[in-house]
Amino acid sequence: MAKKAKTQKGSNGVHYKMGWSERMMMIITYFVYSIFAFVCFYPFYYILINSISNNDLSARGKVLFIPLEIHFNNFVSVAKINGLLQAATVSLGRTVIGATLTVITAGFLGFMFTRDTMWGRKFWYRFVVATMYFNAGIIPWYLTMRNLHLTNNFWGYIFPLVVQPFNIILCKTFVESTPKALQEAAEIDGAGTLTVFFKVILPIIKPILATVAIFAAVGQWNAFQDTLLLVTTPKLYTLQFVLYQYITQANSLKAIINSQMSTESIAASLAHSQTQTSIRMTVTIVVVAPIMCVYPFFQRYFTSGIMIGAVKG
Amino acid sequence: MLKNKRKQRGIKEFLLVLPFIFLVALFSYYPLYGWLYAFYDYKPPKTLQQSEFVGLKWFVTIVSNKVKTREVLRVLRNTFAMSGLSLAFSWFPMIFAVFLNEIKCVPFKKFVQTVTTLPNFISWVLVYSIAYSIFCSTGAINSVLMNAGLIDKPIMFLQSTKGIWFKQWLWLTWKNAGWASIMYLAAISGIDEQLNEAARVDGASRWQVIWHITVPSLLPTYFVLVMISLANFLTNGMEQYYVFSNSFNKETIEVLDLYVYNTAMGAGGYSVSTAVSMLKTFVSMVLLFASNSASKLIRGEGFI
Repeated sequence: MAKKAKTQKGSNGVHYKMGWSERMMMIITYFVYSIFAFVCFYPFYYILINSISNNDLSARGKVLFIPLEIHFNNFVSVAKINGLLQAATVSLGRTVIGATLTVITAGFLGFMFTRDTMWGRKFWYRFVVATMYFNAGIIPWYLTMRNLHLTNNFWGYIFPLVVQPFNIILCKTFVESTPKALQEAAEIDGAGTLTVFFKVILPIIKPILATVAIFAAVGQWNAFQDTLLLVTTPKLYTLQFVLYQYITQANSLKAIINSQMSTESIAASLAHSQTQTSIRMTVTIVVVAPIMCVYPFFQRYFTSGIMIGAVKG
Repeated sequence: MLKNKRKQRGIKEFLLVLPFIFLVALFSYYPLYGWLYAFYDYKPPKTLQQSEFVGLKWFVTIVSNKVKTREVLRVLRNTFAMSGLSLAFSWFPMIFAVFLNEIKCVPFKKFVQTVTTLPNFISWVLVYSIAYSIFCSTGAINSVLMNAGLIDKPIMFLQSTKGIWFKQWLWLTWKNAGWASIMYLAAISGIDEQLNEAARVDGASRWQVIWHITVPSLLPTYFVLVMISLANFLTNGMEQYYVFSNSFNKETIEVLDLYVYNTAMGAGGYSVSTAVSMLKTFVSMVLLFASNSASKLIRGEGFI
């Protein structure tokens, strides 16, 4: 029996035998994880193939696994929708500006809060970190933003998110793990605090800054609640908000399609004329695409980020 | 002389940090003054000074006004159901990580991990868009069932309130489980290999290694995460429930955070909404300190 059992290389290089129950377990494990992977991946794939397939077939639910009669008219039409380009600009703008400020702040404060010389260092660190654990609530927050004239204001997306305690903790932990001698050597050479930060610390904390950058950028790109609370002028709508409107307010989508039809219906063949479904799915792809594109490159930074956060959350 | 210089430097460093401290004070501490609104009868065009001071009226309303009480109880039931489900299934990411770790085919393992982590990085609006595409009356599932002739009328997955708490838990898990398992995977890779080897030399089966070595070494991490979710029991966030709510399911999907939003922004009840969120904050604070002390008591260290 033992001789017949398959041997497999364990993670540590030790060969050990698999009995039938273990082999059963592995088959079930592979099967179950294949299902998990499918469930997580298929929805994205489904929307993608429907956004590039014949709209008529797509509307009739014929496009399930392979794209049919591929065309890219939907993307052309979506680019022409009033306000969508504006929303993309707002989303991109807040992502780039917001994430940049968050990263610089997290790196700088993370470093400053390791400086023993700083006046009241411990107190101010706690002052910042404590904000992770309480919240005035959305109404007081909204009223504050209104008093500060940050409603219907692009900077309302940016300023409240500049200082993010969690990211500061990540950076501080990382700075603490670097040799103190580097800073001391620079200081003996007469470097001031800022010089130490820019010349010594900044180059060595790049890995953690990458982690913070991806968290901050994804957070800004995905933000929805602040638009909902603070913004009433369509000029400042983000892609997320516009997409939500397209899903819930079928009328606004119908209006868009009708206005397009009057100018384009002659040129576009019937099969490729846009439907509510095709527009909705195409916009979804546009909104999800940036995440999909950066995700593989930053994946390796996640683990380090989440682990440091876990140690000192 | 040297001490003086050190002090000067300390002040200078403080001044460098001051602008950021100002931002924190402005956006995190200053809004606390807004709790005052809970003690006034505030109606938007008026200012707080012009509003009437009503003392504890709104807090009393919550317990004495029958309609309001029933509303709050309904919302609390939803909140407890959603948070309770999450808590009851909080072991899922751990088990997910344990068995994923058993897979020795590295490309497959990497693929599963990549694909299951992805949903964590999309917004709730996108999740809803996906849900809509798959489950709406003309979505993928209904198309398949209709084309196969299994049903004549599309099933209203998104409107029906049947099992809504569980459905919402499923979406939450779909989004978060892969991400949550990363922490456990990292913890597993930190387990001393000699333990595993010793167990195998002694003839332990895979099951036994999982049950007697892997799982016990993950329990401390699991415990901390349970404590954190206990501290956040009343805080589900409003985004998920806001995007999934519609006129059919709003009674059963409305959690506390969404209720606070709806009461103020929908119905204009700024003051009563602030009162509710104030109470929520106090209870959450108690929960936070209680679970932190519990963690200190059992593990010897807290998580704050």
